Amino acid sequence: MNGEELTEQETALYDRQIRVWGVDAQRRLSKSHIFVSGLKGTAVEFCKNIVLAGVGSLTLNDDNPVTEEALAANFLIPFDENMGGGGSIAELCCDSLKDFNPMVHVSVEKGDLSSFDVDFFEKFDVVVISCCLLAAKKSVNEKCRKLSKRVAFYSVDCRYSCGEIFVDLHKYSYMKKKADETVECQLQYPSFEEAIAIPWRSLPKRVSKLYFAMRVVERFEEVERRKPGETSVDDLTNVLKLRNELCLAHSLNESQIPDSLLERLVVSPKEFPPVSAVLGGILGQEVIKAISGKGDPLKNFFFFDAVDGKGVIEDISTP
Amino acid sequence: MASGQESSAIKACNLTILCIYCKYSGAKVLMVGAGGIGCELLKTLALSGFQDIHIIDMDTIEVSNLNRQFLFRQSHVGQSKAKVARDAVLRFRPQISITPYHANVKDPDFNVDFFKQFNVILNGLDNLDARRHVNRLCLAAGVPLVESGTTGFLGQVTVHIKGQTECYECQPKPAPKTYPVCTITSTPSKFVHCIVWAKDLLFAKLFGDKNQDNDLNVRSNDTASSSSDHSEDVFERKKDEDIEQYGKRIFNHVFGHNIESALSNEETWKNRNKPRPIYVKDVFSDETFQQNGNVDKMAETDNNNNNLSNVSAMTYLGLKNPQEIWSLLESSRVFFAALKLFFSKRQKEVGNLSFDKDDHLAVEFVTAAANIRAASFGIPLHSLFEAKGIAGNIVHAVATTNAIIAGLIVIEAIKVLRNDANNCRMTYCLEHPARKMLLMPVEPFEPNKSCYVCSETPLLLEVNTQRAKLRDVVEKVVISKLGMNLPLITHGSSLLYEVGDDLDQDMVANYEANLEKVLSELPYAITGGTVITVEDLQQELVCNINIKHREEFDEEKEPDGMVLHGWTQQAPAAENKDTTAATNGGGATTSTTSKSAPNISEEDDDDLTILEAGIETISPSKKRKLSDLSNPEEKRAKKIPNDDIILMLDDDISKQ
Repeated sequence: MNGEELTEQETALYDRQIRVWGVDAQRRLSKSHIFVSGLKGTAVEFCKNIVLAGVGSLTLNDDNPVTEEALAANFLIPFDENMGGGGSIAELCCDSLKDFNPMVHVSVEKGDLSSFDVDFFEKFDVVVISCCLLAAKKSVNEKCRKLSKRVAFYSVDCRYSCGEIFVDLHKYSYMKKKADETVECQLQYPSFEEAIAIPWRSLPKRVSKLYFAMRVVERFEEVERRKPGETSVDDLTNVLKLRNELCLAHSLNESQIPDSLLERLVVSPKEFPPVSAVLGGILGQEVIKAISGKGDPLKNFFFFDAVDGKGVIEDISTP
Repeated sequence: MASGQESSAIKACNLTILCIYCKYSGAKVLMVGAGGIGCELLKTLALSGFQDIHIIDMDTIEVSNLNRQFLFRQSHVGQSKAKVARDAVLRFRPQISITPYHANVKDPDFNVDFFKQFNVILNGLDNLDARRHVNRLCLAAGVPLVESGTTGFLGQVTVHIKGQTECYECQPKPAPKTYPVCTITSTPSKFVHCIVWAKDLLFAKLFGDKNQDNDLNVRSNDTASSSSDHSEDVFERKKDEDIEQYGKRIFNHVFGHNIESALSNEETWKNRNKPRPIYVKDVFSDETFQQNGNVDKMAETDNNNNNLSNVSAMTYLGLKNPQEIWSLLESSRVFFAALKLFFSKRQKEVGNLSFDKDDHLAVEFVTAAANIRAASFGIPLHSLFEAKGIAGNIVHAVATTNAIIAGLIVIEAIKVLRNDANNCRMTYCLEHPARKMLLMPVEPFEPNKSCYVCSETPLLLEVNTQRAKLRDVVEKVVISKLGMNLPLITHGSSLLYEVGDDLDQDMVANYEANLEKVLSELPYAITGGTVITVEDLQQELVCNINIKHREEFDEEKEPDGMVLHGWTQQAPAAENKDTTAATNGGGATTSTTSKSAPNISEEDDDDLTILEAGIETISPSKKRKLSDLSNPEEKRAKKIPNDDIILMLDDDISKQ
């Protein structure tokens, strides 16, 4: 690559990671623009990781005011009895992230996620959304896919000890080293809407139970018009009822979505910090891969459950 | 999956919630290391509700830490990692207690009683030596240990509970890569061989302690066959000798004459490509050498530049990009420029320098010399950036892996605190998924019954008891191999040797005298069949060693002149640098380790600034049980983790 060289400052700061992914990757990273909406613990972990990695810019979107709960889960917001003095979560996170790496341009974009149009997303190479409703997830994903340039779309959600990452790189090709030669690999991703529309019984056997469980809870939140993550133990009966309906519709055995698993997701929807750290780390790595074109990108779901400790990749797409 | 099994796991998990937010907020935890993993770990512990965290780290902050050790800023460079990390976390979680120690974990203050006050120990260390030390203290104190390591995108977390799982030393650890001496001195075939030669032999010879053994001399004479007595003088700068003349003489000697002599030994080159001698005249025309000479003048005239650490041959030669590969001519120019700069700008240090990856001029010199040697042997040349990585054993490190590993450490720590050892897992973070998994949990092993650290199995030492001195046994076995810090050696009820602050002078003199004695001539003679006891009072580790007399040892294969059996790790005797680093932050070292120069090695812990270094590996011969064996496909694939783990070893050590 004949791009400009990294500055001396960049070389010194990024020395250890350049040894992992190379100068070209670092150069690409420094020219990339990332958008993140929904700044709870997991998204914040991700933000920290890519600011440290040295992306070009990071745009934050979360107009929510700082609450005690937000303070408790967010290491980017300094403790303040006045709850951040009226600033939004995005504004307060922005200040801390700028401090992490002066070479990254961090800014805030106000507004509701669903109000951003297709053109808005054209400014970015990567869009990451977290803790949003099913409808918003589908719509932002579709907007990204409408653009002629590739805007990588990711969603990440953490419900207590479980987490899910969804990846849509649309059409993605990358170079892969096989033995001595470098071959070009091509991947075709489905949108989130397409992926979850695939009938459950046509999915490969032994797909992570978490995949189904997350769909049930997501659906529940949608029909009940809840805010994301706004469920409690009182909802369990109705969630189980919905599970039965969905299983019937998909001809899936109910045991594939155990009561106990749903209970965990519904009763304690708070993010569990160690799980956020794991998800934020995996997502950070994936975004770095997609920007740098180095390494096999994840296709297209990732699940982590602290109870069994497995971090599993599932390919949910029509062959 | 049996639903009963699942629901008990769930109960366990729901319990966890309670534990985090109430009961285990009372847990007291010790973190060892505040580097890459440490920063992430401290943050995640604080967020998870831990209220009483102690953290030990002897290092200070460096610029190259800032890309991942996110609690640190440019303005903190030079300050204690442990202290700055504490302050940073208290800013978002002021109500918890964090106690920092800017100290070496091997300090006697951190004894068994100190360890006993904690419910669990969490390691985020960068070197084998400290890991072993902490392992022993944990065993002695009966405190569970959660151990971790990362390299690039790879990482792992393991749990060690005395009597229930293997200890950190139950499994053999990969020995730091070593190279046969003759490969380095005579028959390099890879660039790393040239780097080791340039760093450990040439650099040490020219700028280091002149009194140290150095194979550059010895070996080049072996092959030179003639003039062995005069070559001792070659590296000595003659009185009033012009630096330029001196440089030319060195250049011609090591890259020309030595290669020429080596070529005369036809046998060596029967199955190898012959090297090409390179003399100054082959690289420079008179004119070009004159141009290079200007460097000298520039160096001398530029008196404004008083910052010695910024002295750079590249700057003087107008070479900017550290990623660029220099030609032979450029390498030779850097060689001369760096040599001159050392002798003009840093004269005072010459004679006691040792290679330091943060010493830019040293890296330039070593890169240049390694490249010239590589050119001679037809090995591809490398950039300064690459050479620096190889020479400094710089560990590849990224924030994401550390964050993941820190999350996994907290998950395991919580299980340990809940006395839920049955559900503890060793987890591997992989770069490429194995059976769909990027994070792969496996069941911990049972303790190794013949582990000399956590069981009481005696060791066997083969040694020539009529030739080896007690000092050899202390240095080559007790300190280097057994990793003891404050050893005490007894034969029956008689004390032969002891280290400690509270000994009176007579005793010290007595022990010193014993050190110089041959084993069989000690006051209580050590001969074949003797059993000696070696213990470390700080680590509370006791080992019995059966002595077996043996006459001869192979100089190349058994350079120690003794062989220890029943010991699980084959690291050469050169990894004991922590104590030195404690005082100078890991820079220049003058430790006993350099005495073992024949064991040219890449050491994990050379790079003491990076705490997450030094990933361990699993013996490929052992099979690990997967935590979930509920389906047959996974049962069949049991062995898979090993494949990935071997990859780690490749990535960690032999990346060239």
